[in-house]
Amino acid sequence: MKHKLFGTLRRLIILLLVVWTVVSLVTILIELVPGDPAVAVLGDQATPEQIAQFREKHGLDRPSFFFSFSADANGERRFRWNGFDNRYTEYWRGILHGDMGRSFRTDRPVIDLIRERYPATIELAFAALLVAVIIAIPLGVVAGSNRNGLIDNVASVVALVGISLPGFVMGPMLVYVFAVKLGWLAPSGWFEWSDIVLPAVTLGAALSAILTRMVRSSVIEELSEDYVRTARAKGLSNRKVLYKHVLKNGLIPVVTIIGLQLGVLLAGAIITEKIFAWPGIGLLLVDDGINKRDYRVVQGCVLVVSVTYIIANSLTDMIYRWLDPRIRVS
Amino acid sequence: MNRLAKFGIVVALLFVFVAVFAPWIAGQDVGLTDLGRRYLAPSSKHWFGTDATGRDVFARVVFGARISLTVGLTVVIVSSIIGTLLGAFAGYYGGWFDRIMSGYVFNVFLAFPGLLLAIALVAFLGAGINKLIFALCVIGWVGYARLIRGQVLKVREYDFVQAARAMGAGDFRILVRHILPNAIQPLIVQASLGMAGAVLSEASLSFLGLGVPPPAPSWGVMIEEARDLSTLQIAPHVLFFPGLAIALTVLAFNFMGDGLREYLDPKQRLR
Repeated sequence: MKHKLFGTLRRLIILLLVVWTVVSLVTILIELVPGDPAVAVLGDQATPEQIAQFREKHGLDRPSFFFSFSADANGERRFRWNGFDNRYTEYWRGILHGDMGRSFRTDRPVIDLIRERYPATIELAFAALLVAVIIAIPLGVVAGSNRNGLIDNVASVVALVGISLPGFVMGPMLVYVFAVKLGWLAPSGWFEWSDIVLPAVTLGAALSAILTRMVRSSVIEELSEDYVRTARAKGLSNRKVLYKHVLKNGLIPVVTIIGLQLGVLLAGAIITEKIFAWPGIGLLLVDDGINKRDYRVVQGCVLVVSVTYIIANSLTDMIYRWLDPRIRVS
Repeated sequence: MNRLAKFGIVVALLFVFVAVFAPWIAGQDVGLTDLGRRYLAPSSKHWFGTDATGRDVFARVVFGARISLTVGLTVVIVSSIIGTLLGAFAGYYGGWFDRIMSGYVFNVFLAFPGLLLAIALVAFLGAGINKLIFALCVIGWVGYARLIRGQVLKVREYDFVQAARAMGAGDFRILVRHILPNAIQPLIVQASLGMAGAVLSEASLSFLGLGVPPPAPSWGVMIEEARDLSTLQIAPHVLFFPGLAIALTVLAFNFMGDGLREYLDPKQRLR
């Protein structure tokens, strides 16, 4: 009991350490910008007053960290202690109050921008997950129970296509077929419910390929177990055997895979949103953040996405440990 | 060997060949625009047709292979070297270095999903092929480090290692001459899959405008330029050919990696 508690505590400490490091890395990112971020945003024509005002407003006039090695009057590099009022602590202080700074471009609080856009991304991710599951479970079950049959071969091809075509290739191709040629679906934006279909399929394709293969091998494995023979001997129909018993046991690894793939979904959403002009956090990051040199927005987006990913992973880890009785009992 | 793996190796070799001999294969000047010949369909003169500014798509796809190979190879080599060094050190010497590496450092890098860290780095550092390679190496080294660390942990307990140590062999010699050769097979698999990943990442980042900037004929850039509705309506081939190139290349290296993994698995060999 004490051993298990130690293990959990240790994992928690490491988790907190990792989160702290990730957040710190994000706060420091802005130091990477070659040159002055203020000039990068305001342009060459900006007056010194404008630049000074900008720097003060966004806290860029403070020193970057607790200490620095800056060149003094003679050009020599010396160690300097800058004290506790620096960009690093400022950003941290802000985050702990839910303040991620203000957009360099629009001056709006970054947290508002993210709050506006994040739900769209979550919806897209869940829709993609739904697409993947709807495709993978039936296809995987049928393929696994009829090995080398027609459906199995079809499933193999589908899985192949899913993992080989990257989203930014499949997306425009889907747009070409369904929007340009057939005119059934909209090519971009989010105005009606059907607008989510193409982005969700694009984002979910790779996951559906992985899940199909996983479900298939899971089904094959379960079907050779003793309890299946017993159930059949008891007179249960094939379908009942499949759905009542095989699927329940076979789904455990699937749940873990889904949890692990959440990160891939999040990262893939960035590209999918760019393709379909889907108004989520990925589009915010790329269009409003990076392309407009709005570094505060970029920082905020990276922060939110990575912390989400860390939390999702930790939850998946906890659920998996709880589900797998072998780990629980030990 | 697996049929798919053979297919993968053949296509991968083709890709390398095309990339290396690009100027001879492409024939036409890659950047040559000809506004009078825009959006031409594939023909005997322009095998893949022409794009929005009249450039020959075939030539651009061929030179795009060169970009992908350059980035991919560099990233795989650099990150595998860094990863191997750090992973071997951590696995062999253990102690606090290993605890920090495997418990903390690995997890920090793995805390960023997919390309996010690379995107962030390029966003702040600026675009360009060198920064792209740097960013991809930063996210790439961890996979190799974890793999090599695991392998070293396994192999260092083997009898022949104890024997070598008993004979007085120093640490460095043991690592290089005994442990690493046995750890290397999974590394080759990882490198092949890593190549697929690097090609895909380069194309993805270039697609987002964060990789190789236009007018360089990166496949990702070509797809970005070809995907707007007006182009799709009149010239879908401009999208199709670079897309096919990416898909085939990534698939090939994936198959090669999977096939090698099966081939090198000792459990298979015993048959």
